[in-house]
Amino acid sequence: MSSTVLFDLPGPRARRRQRIGTVVGALVIVALVGLALYRLYANGQLEGDRWAVLFDPASGVPQALGEGLLNTLSVAAVGMVLATLLGALLAVGRLSDHRWVRIPVGVLIEFFRAVPLLILILFCLLFLPTVGVPMTAFRALVLGLTLYNMAVLAEIFRAGILSVDRGQREAAFALGMRKTQVMTLVLLPQAVRRMLPVLVAQLVVLLKDSSLGFIVSYLELLRTARSLVEFFNFSFGNRYTFQLYVAAGLIYIIVNVLLSQLAKYVEKRTRRSAKAAAVDDVELPADVQMGGGGGTVTKA
Amino acid sequence: MQFLSDNSDLLWSAFLTTLSLAVVSGVCALVLGTVLAGMRVSPVPPLRGLATFYVEVFRNTPLTVVFFFLAFGIVQIDLQFPSRFITAVAALSLYTAAFVCEALRSGINAVPPGQAEAARALGLTFGQSLRQVVLPQAFRTVVPPLGNVWIALAKNTSIAAGFAVTDLTAALQRLANANADQLLSVFAAVVAGYLVITLPSAWLIRVVENRVAIVR
Repeated sequence: MSSTVLFDLPGPRARRRQRIGTVVGALVIVALVGLALYRLYANGQLEGDRWAVLFDPASGVPQALGEGLLNTLSVAAVGMVLATLLGALLAVGRLSDHRWVRIPVGVLIEFFRAVPLLILILFCLLFLPTVGVPMTAFRALVLGLTLYNMAVLAEIFRAGILSVDRGQREAAFALGMRKTQVMTLVLLPQAVRRMLPVLVAQLVVLLKDSSLGFIVSYLELLRTARSLVEFFNFSFGNRYTFQLYVAAGLIYIIVNVLLSQLAKYVEKRTRRSAKAAAVDDVELPADVQMGGGGGTVTKA
Repeated sequence: MQFLSDNSDLLWSAFLTTLSLAVVSGVCALVLGTVLAGMRVSPVPPLRGLATFYVEVFRNTPLTVVFFFLAFGIVQIDLQFPSRFITAVAALSLYTAAFVCEALRSGINAVPPGQAEAARALGLTFGQSLRQVVLPQAFRTVVPPLGNVWIALAKNTSIAAGFAVTDLTAALQRLANANADQLLSVFAAVVAGYLVITLPSAWLIRVVENRVAIVR
């Protein structure tokens, strides 16, 4: 439904009201932003050299932030690849004809979706070393992200496999293919291709979740900003705190917006190409976008 | 078991903290998210723009960063929350509101255009058709996605542990450090605490969904 159905094209009086509303609203916003800026100014936060430190290679800040971003991206990349592979495997398992495969896989998926991601990461970090698996913050973070995201992706892939036209499956069987061949040669490639925009969108969620590394002291972007602040606090006091946090936040937003745009672009491409008739709804559900553990109610 | 009963006070208060975090932020996020959704479909362009901006910013910012800003950043504009708990509630509500807005908007889009057209034809204003025709139906369609947002919120409260709120996850870290030999029961107790919140919620969502679902 286009939102215009909810209201008529505004007439002269409504337009005047809207203009007044617009001006008043704009004034309120400008006043709030101005007040915030004024407070910042009064506290000296807007001084040029406080911000210049972000771009000054001599201070080591841009390098450190770059390294933090790289650490964040490498966790996300490794996690994404592992989660995609395992997720595809689990999706196939959940669609299996054998009950003894289907049910345990279903339980596994539900379990990893039901537990908060941070608890999974802490479990990997704290428990696995006691049973002889050597752990680092990086490994625990990647493992936690993988376990959670593979469960989410498994459900996404399952929807993708089910969305491939029935006739394809029947034709493949008619050609004498075995079940494994039908899945790996016919269904999965099409499902993955259709789900490509969703995979990219899930990358945004994973990237956001990688900031949980902050809590387990992995030197990702946020933790890097924090340790830079602590370092500077030692010699300059509170001088660069605000700037560094703003920088870290902005980097996240920029990278994620770029990724979201990429997802939209990929979606357009897949929709255009006749080979992979894209499914209609590739938006991730709101709760999956929230990261940290999607909901547990699956659609019937 | 002995170990768990020894620490039952800590675990119980941590559970209550987690539960109240989830409930209070859930209510705040629902209110703010509904306002945002109304703004996103409103006839006034600046309101639409503002709501879209809000949603895009919060959708692309990690929750940890939101927490971070409210805990350490806003001191610089001379704002301070009275307690850690309220900081956590603010972070969770602001973040979750963006997703509540998205879920609601998908519900508004699911209301057949004919309904809104009929409301317009009867001479209802934008506010009336939104409040009396579209939103009630939208709320009923989005019970499952909204419920899922709430469950995700309940799990996301665990991040508050990183910001000095003594919730279940914080209790986990404290107990795990002190009792390395009891790790498994610590984890089991804490996970059970979260499941006690999420599983009945999931069940309740299904019940409510079946009761209010609109057959189209």
